[in-house]
Amino acid sequence: MTGSSLLSVDTVLKAFGGLVAVNDVSFTVKQSELIGLIGPNGSGKTTMMNLISGALKPTSGTIRLNGEAISGLPAHEISRRGVARTFQLVRILPSLSAIENVIAGAVFGHVRAWGDDAYREAEVLLDRVGLGGRGGAPTGSMTYIDQKRLELARALASNPRLLLLDEWLAGLNPSELKIGIELIRDLREDGRTIIMVEHVMDAIRSLCDRCVVMSSGVKIADGSVHDVLAQPEVISAYLGADDA
Amino acid sequence: MSLIKETEQRTGGIALLLFGAAALIPLADDGYYLSMAVNIAMYAVLCTAWTLFSGPTHYVSLATAAFFGVGTYSVGLGIDTLPFPLLIAIAAVASSILAGLVGLATLRLSGVYFVIFTLGLAELVRQVVTWLQVNFVGSVGLYVFTDLTEAHIFWMLLALAALVYVTGWLVNRSRLGFAMRIIGNDETVARHVGIDVARSKVILFMISGAFIGITGAILAPRFAYVEPPSAFNPVISFQVVIMALLGGTGRLWAPLLGVIPFTILFDQISANFPNYTSLLIGIAFMAIVYYLPRGVIGLVDDIRMRQTKRHEHAAGVPEAAE
Repeated sequence: MTGSSLLSVDTVLKAFGGLVAVNDVSFTVKQSELIGLIGPNGSGKTTMMNLISGALKPTSGTIRLNGEAISGLPAHEISRRGVARTFQLVRILPSLSAIENVIAGAVFGHVRAWGDDAYREAEVLLDRVGLGGRGGAPTGSMTYIDQKRLELARALASNPRLLLLDEWLAGLNPSELKIGIELIRDLREDGRTIIMVEHVMDAIRSLCDRCVVMSSGVKIADGSVHDVLAQPEVISAYLGADDA
Repeated sequence: MSLIKETEQRTGGIALLLFGAAALIPLADDGYYLSMAVNIAMYAVLCTAWTLFSGPTHYVSLATAAFFGVGTYSVGLGIDTLPFPLLIAIAAVASSILAGLVGLATLRLSGVYFVIFTLGLAELVRQVVTWLQVNFVGSVGLYVFTDLTEAHIFWMLLALAALVYVTGWLVNRSRLGFAMRIIGNDETVARHVGIDVARSKVILFMISGAFIGITGAILAPRFAYVEPPSAFNPVISFQVVIMALLGGTGRLWAPLLGVIPFTILFDQISANFPNYTSLLIGIAFMAIVYYLPRGVIGLVDDIRMRQTKRHEHAAGVPEAAE
């Protein structure tokens, strides 16, 4: 709301040997903004997410959270500074109960709750993502959307300053998708700052304030969703040679 | 989580009774059965301490012999000059420092590399100790003469076992214990919820190593003559892994289910077939892995589950059943 940038990505480059997955990408995310990070498969979106969350270290360039450099810090340090994420391939903790999965997000990171406080907070979050009353359920047998809900609740449990959603809506059926979009809209209305990598264009159109488009590791567009999706570079990246 | 649950109180009460009963063993017998009780108590501590770290992380450590030997040598070197309790403290500190160094060196190793490293470490420490003794002391062995009897050793081990269980229980209900469960499930998630994975593992490895070192220290008077091949005997490392896996690593007391039958089995094998000990132990190990992949505790769980299923069946949901 203040207009100050919460996250700034400054000429970040990530090379795996000779392959440059992210090539001098820069963008900023303002407080309480929801931005979409889109682009064709293999364009470096997930790598970008991994660089922000600390799963990977950038080869060069700087990432700042609230003006403080976080690039190069280990993932747990970045998590403690208030960045939480979900994973492209959902990662729940199978031998823990549902509520323990959520508590896991609240104990070691940005907030450090423990005991009854953490438990109560986790119950509220389970309720919020639509898993109310199922805290004791074994997680291995949950449906895909429930696992995704659980992962989101875990990320929210740390009360993150920045939430990274990596294809959180992927693989959901149309009715689940509707629920998922409503859930994210809800978070946005709370004033959460969110970056979402997404292929579901309906979600991007209806949720995002702004989007950043990547193709082959390079940022090719950055602006309001409507404008960006009309740009010829973006159209050719999606429908051009890649899709032939 | 701050309260002690009713089931935990009951478990604690039963444990107290069992420990009390075990403490009476030396009064009943001071020969064969006491000696076996010492072996069981020793492996109970070693396997439970091993499981503290290797259970949640699934890192198979073969460094037990290294920590054990460091403990034994702490006593062997200091027995003429320092009081025994102080030597036990030194053993704890020395072996946990060694565990800390190993932990820091092996943070990036996982799976089979960690296993090989820990095996190599035990051998390395043994060679270094031998070299130091040959070059600077002149003899390879050390004499440990004390007034401590087998009964004293047993009581000390029993007290240590109680301490291991209490420590394990405290760890399990702490943030560290919760962190280890998350790490055991998924290290990537662990890092992303803010857990310093490396630090947690090293702390737990040090706790585990300290207990193993203390065990070595307590056992030193029993050896009377300490030399590297006996103090740093790699067989100890393997037996601890076998027994702990035989019992199961899912729960704190599960290794005990492996320790008791295996110690008795090992004793019978080495008494009746002294020339084929290794062979028979190897066959026993393979049979365990093949028939009891989740250990005795897995078997117990299966039986329990079958019983509850049968109960449900008997209580019956007729439409669903037919």
